[in-house]
Amino acid sequence: MSITQNFTTPISSSSSAFLAPSSFNSRGGHVSLPVKSLGICKCVATPQEAETAYKTRVIRNPNMGKLQAGYLFPEIARRRNAHLLKYPDAKVISLGIGDTTEPIPEVITDAMSKRSYALSTIEGYSGYGAEQGEKPLRRAIASTFYNELGIEEDDIFVSDGAKCDISRLQIVFGSDVKMAVQDPSYPAYVDSSVIMGQTGFYQKDVQKFANIEYMRCTPENGFFPDLSSISRPDIIFFCSPNNPTGAAATRKQLTQLVQFAKDNGSIVIHDSAYAMYISGDNPRSIFEIPGAKEVAIETSSFSKYAGFTGVRLGWTVIPKQLLFSDGFPVAKDFNRIVCTCFNGASNISQAGGLACLSPEGLKAMRDVVGFYKENTNIIVETFDSLGFKVYGGKDAPYVWVHFPGRSSWDVFSEILEKTHVVTTPGSGFGPGGEGFVRVSAFGHRENILEACRRFKQLYK
Amino acid sequence: MDIKRCPARELTVKHSRVIIEIVKWKSRLLRVLHCFTWQYLLFAFSSNSAGQAAMGLLREEWGINNITVVTAPYLMLPTPKFKLTFYTDIDYLTKVPRSVKMESLQNGYLFPEIFMRECEYAQRNPHARLIRLGIGDTTEPIPDIITSAMAEQALALSTTQGYKGYGPEQGNRELKRAIAETFYPGMQVKENEIFVSDGAQCDISRVQMLLDVSLSIAVQDPTFPAYIDSSVIAGRAGRFKAESGKYKNIVYMKCGPENNFFPDLSTTPRTDIIFFCSPNNPTGSAASRQQLEQLVKFAKANGSIIIYDAAYAAYISDESPRSIFEIPGAKELAIEISSFSKFAGFTGVRLGWTVVPEELLYANGYPMIKDYDRIVCTCFNGASNIVQAGGLACLSPQGFRALKRTMRYYMENAKILVDTFESVGLKVYGGKNGPYVWVHFPGLDSWDVFNHILDRAAIVTVPGVGFGPGGEGYIRVSAFGHRETVLEASTRLTTLL
Repeated sequence: MSITQNFTTPISSSSSAFLAPSSFNSRGGHVSLPVKSLGICKCVATPQEAETAYKTRVIRNPNMGKLQAGYLFPEIARRRNAHLLKYPDAKVISLGIGDTTEPIPEVITDAMSKRSYALSTIEGYSGYGAEQGEKPLRRAIASTFYNELGIEEDDIFVSDGAKCDISRLQIVFGSDVKMAVQDPSYPAYVDSSVIMGQTGFYQKDVQKFANIEYMRCTPENGFFPDLSSISRPDIIFFCSPNNPTGAAATRKQLTQLVQFAKDNGSIVIHDSAYAMYISGDNPRSIFEIPGAKEVAIETSSFSKYAGFTGVRLGWTVIPKQLLFSDGFPVAKDFNRIVCTCFNGASNISQAGGLACLSPEGLKAMRDVVGFYKENTNIIVETFDSLGFKVYGGKDAPYVWVHFPGRSSWDVFSEILEKTHVVTTPGSGFGPGGEGFVRVSAFGHRENILEACRRFKQLYK
Repeated sequence: MDIKRCPARELTVKHSRVIIEIVKWKSRLLRVLHCFTWQYLLFAFSSNSAGQAAMGLLREEWGINNITVVTAPYLMLPTPKFKLTFYTDIDYLTKVPRSVKMESLQNGYLFPEIFMRECEYAQRNPHARLIRLGIGDTTEPIPDIITSAMAEQALALSTTQGYKGYGPEQGNRELKRAIAETFYPGMQVKENEIFVSDGAQCDISRVQMLLDVSLSIAVQDPTFPAYIDSSVIAGRAGRFKAESGKYKNIVYMKCGPENNFFPDLSTTPRTDIIFFCSPNNPTGSAASRQQLEQLVKFAKANGSIIIYDAAYAAYISDESPRSIFEIPGAKELAIEISSFSKFAGFTGVRLGWTVVPEELLYANGYPMIKDYDRIVCTCFNGASNIVQAGGLACLSPQGFRALKRTMRYYMENAKILVDTFESVGLKVYGGKNGPYVWVHFPGLDSWDVFNHILDRAAIVTVPGVGFGPGGEGYIRVSAFGHRETVLEASTRLTTLL
């Protein structure tokens, strides 16, 4: 019975078990539902209560049942909390969830504060905004990120974040399409695909869902998949710079990807949430590649640039030239979803977004990004100096550390137990993440330095 | 039929945009699916002969070949005037099939359609002072105590101590607690049963994502269109039947003055899900305790789940229940969705919530709350922290008092509108427990009435048929507006009608 299964399922290390980041610092005390559900499950699982408890005649969505119970992050939170109970005086440092820590620059919060006050005035009050986002913000996004790439203001749909957009895109595509994802990758792609009914069941032996193409990305292939080895998918989720590996695809690689999509009539969903962290010449947008407008969608977010993880603002670009097989423009369906299943991002958050894209705001964002990049360097150097093979860290705020031959959960536990530092086990991002641990570089400088001191102690 | 030809100079080859206005096509010109290249143009007509005629014209007059004409179901919202825009120079199509569910959507969502007509009217009549009583958009400023709280939270994010990153996807605890205390006193709604969101419309879709595609649904007729549209998108609505204006697999529960705006449940077939909005949008009718008890009993007898939309509950002025959970036994079979939009003016700020009781179980005993939480954690990332701070201030004693003043203001508007329509001899409903006035124009086509009022009085309303076939013959007038505007509207309407 599914409840008792939930109750006893061991922590799954599949990518599907991974849940998008949620804050688990002690201040918020976010006690995730699975912990609470112990209370719920308990009462329903008790035999006599199970008989008398009223059940509707509505069947559960089997797609929800396909998801592997036991999210990654609530599980990590449980372990962290258990750890705190064991060591109440330990100074736990969180380098697990990619949650920003540095304050938002004032030029941005000032704008949000002003917009809030304006809502109390007759001239300044605004009700429903355009579901696609306020025009000035769309214009600013187009000119800041897509200048001279032929992306226009009305190709841009402002949202409350990339994660939400991923699900909205899934609704647009429906249940009869097949996805390909990088392996490892941000688990929301797989989980949303399962919820949408695009996949088959989870196969425990390979830790994959049926009917998804998992494109292995490893140090051996430069974290770019061998496209010749996969069967044609309808949709390809491609995150670059990559979460969790930190790898940023080169122009050549993206050109290959676009060509592959073109040859197969597939659509690429390019997640560029970390593009501002790119150090070198690698493309910041898929639309830098000629021909991409006919095959690609790009989704991005203010979360990791402006510390907007709690403020909630992002955007998705769907070019007019992107058409379904019958000629219908994908943007029109997305627009319909945005108008029917959404009601626009908060006007206050959008005011903040506009300020982010002012010259002063951009400079401030670059400074914060720079700060986190310095954190990343410190972490990279630390693991380097300890003799580990380290990946990522150049173009993204994540460091992907190899622990060959070891279970990533074991390493996670070891690091937590011995250094009181929370990381993320690689297998939570997919079977391709086994043997790696992701260390996030979001944190106050002193915490990063302290964490690194502790790593050096442990692994010297 | 007339096809107005566009000027030849606009017909260039590369990236040209050609606009064809098709005027008054027997008032049945309908669904243009899309059109995108010279080579590929798709129209839909209500009959084959109309289609053939159009095809002939386009071929002969403009030399456009390769036109596919299909007989399409009758559009729910007939448009006398239509604009087609198409681009040339596109020669690549992906091989990704369009979702069949999206294809079955009829035209656009109701409110953007209304907005489009507003804009068209404004364009044609730049000097007209358009009065908007169509889309239910709030107009009065948000009380200071609430916006100050949001401003302060925003500024706090610039400080080390005050900075917050990701919040719990289910919402901040203080806000959930305040919601439980304010709206569900004595109803044993627990904090963890409340999920804060960015609005009811978004929550409706999250619920749809969560539910199995095979589930059957019932809606009131007329009703807020998002329930139907989101069901179409979810794939549970079946084919649209032009003759009836209904989707095949949806049960439409007629609500009219004849049945006191409460459906006759004795003749309603069993469905898995029942969408019920009270106070109702668009009719403004609030279900009585007795009626809701009946509904709960009906749901229990059928093992159904009620999705109860209480977005307007704060406007209730009489004894009608403000929450489905006032009814004993409701927690085993209902979820309640609500919103700050209409009682706090948060239509642009974006905040709402959904209550999923722990006791609500699927047929196999699995608690829906667990799946809802999974959706919220996987497909959402929480409502904005700034906005949640505003929500908390809304529910402070001072904040709520200030909001009540604004609600009274809107309800005074409603009274003016009710009086206006009654004074010209029309039967009027609603306007007492919700900010909508539901006016009966017996025997008339609601779009015709809408157009008449727009063209002659420059007032935007919403045609009742937009809310379902049961809305035909009615017009919804929203009471959101500045007092002067509503008074002006009243004058114009009295003259016109």
